[in-house]
Amino acid sequence: MTPPPLVVIAATLVVLLGLATMLTWVERRLLGLWQDRYGPNRVGPGGLFQAVADGIKILFKQDWIPPFADRPVFVLAPAIGMMTVLLAFGVIPVTALWSIAGDLNVGLLFVFATMGLGVYSVVLAGWASNSKYALLGGMRAAAQMISYEVFMGLSTLGVVMTTGSFSLRDIVQAQAGLWFVIPQCLGFVVFLMAGIAETHRLPFDLPEGENELGAGFHTEYSGMKFGMFFLSEYAGIVLVSALVTTLYLGGWQGPVLPPALWFAAKTGALVCLFILLRAALPRPRYDQLMALGWKILLPLSLLNIVATGAVLLLRAPG
Amino acid sequence: MFGILRTLWLTFLHMGHRRVTVGYPETRPALPPRYRGRIILSRDPDGLERCVACNLCAVACPVDCISLQKAEQDGRWYPEYFRINFSRCIFCGFCEEACPTYAIQLTPDFEMSEYVRPNLVYEKEDLLISGTGKYPDYSFYRVSGVEIPGKDKGEAEREQPPVDVRSLLP
Repeated sequence: MTPPPLVVIAATLVVLLGLATMLTWVERRLLGLWQDRYGPNRVGPGGLFQAVADGIKILFKQDWIPPFADRPVFVLAPAIGMMTVLLAFGVIPVTALWSIAGDLNVGLLFVFATMGLGVYSVVLAGWASNSKYALLGGMRAAAQMISYEVFMGLSTLGVVMTTGSFSLRDIVQAQAGLWFVIPQCLGFVVFLMAGIAETHRLPFDLPEGENELGAGFHTEYSGMKFGMFFLSEYAGIVLVSALVTTLYLGGWQGPVLPPALWFAAKTGALVCLFILLRAALPRPRYDQLMALGWKILLPLSLLNIVATGAVLLLRAPG
Repeated sequence: MFGILRTLWLTFLHMGHRRVTVGYPETRPALPPRYRGRIILSRDPDGLERCVACNLCAVACPVDCISLQKAEQDGRWYPEYFRINFSRCIFCGFCEEACPTYAIQLTPDFEMSEYVRPNLVYEKEDLLISGTGKYPDYSFYRVSGVEIPGKDKGEAEREQPPVDVRSLLP
């Protein structure tokens, strides 16, 4: 029985935005845990309502647009960021039946397309701010996201070749016996790193680079527009985690527990891994970041494609 | 590569560590007796003010937050007013080091927030305590050679009677 689409859409929106808001609290608490301190623990039980308090504060802040900024683009940029992330969620299959777009036969390509559009949000924000730091951050973001997009797509090709389909549901169903992490471990690692760079999270958060660029592309933003960038970043983390779950960790599949819970558990664990990466690793230099992308990860993902292709050919009947 | 994984693992292990943060209003930090907090003026064992208004604390103060005026009564000096502006004080403890009579002392108390800035200016009445503070037995006039009513020159503790410099007798 497929749930009615409107219910799916509403539920996804509510859950996703709620999750992105709560993630600000989760991240701060987890970072505190890993750095031997507490993090926000005052508002509500265990600081649970900190996100609500932050939300109220940010809503009541003055909505300031600098006089030197390019107004329409300045306003549009955070909306684009939020929109692309939410759009990509349309094709993620939470369970076999639960997904907004149903079974889109180019699901994976659609996700990459929308994530690619996400670059515009950052670049336009940097450009429209009309300030050096924001522009530098935007340029960095453009270079980083474009170069990591390349092998983010390439690294998933192994999965696509094995499954023989771009549909995310087919990909999950193909993992019934063995999750793709095992045969596609190289692709998994490359995709994970590209995903971190794509959401520009630490250690790859050079577009923001607090210690050299102020706050990067959102230097000039405040109030709810800044909040939008923030939320879309967190929603982006959830998106990449959900993608990794779908592509490599068997999606909703697992014993005993209901499929939706399996999906949530796997995604949640990956989100925690993202936060652990932030707690543990320093930021690389910008040229190191680009060198890592083009000189190591790109060849690795190409190697992965060649190896997967060879194995598939050898196994092919006849 | 291995280093990165090791870093991740070590950071992950910090989950089991005890947190360093003290949840302040609920659990109070254990402050040592020599903690440099709120400044007080102590009294000697006889219950009299120890401060002799020598101004050394005011001189030593790097932020000039101490202000006092000397007054005199029966050969004893005491401050007519003694004012510490705690909105300036940096709690360095130089005044305590400079004080020749152990009068000014820093105490392990830091909860002195105010809503109005002028309330941070403490007068002598606010500063004076009834006890001796960290040095229970010390009394300046009992050990110094200063002459006060009831104690002539040479009658202080460990003090010899003054020598008559005009006499040639041994």
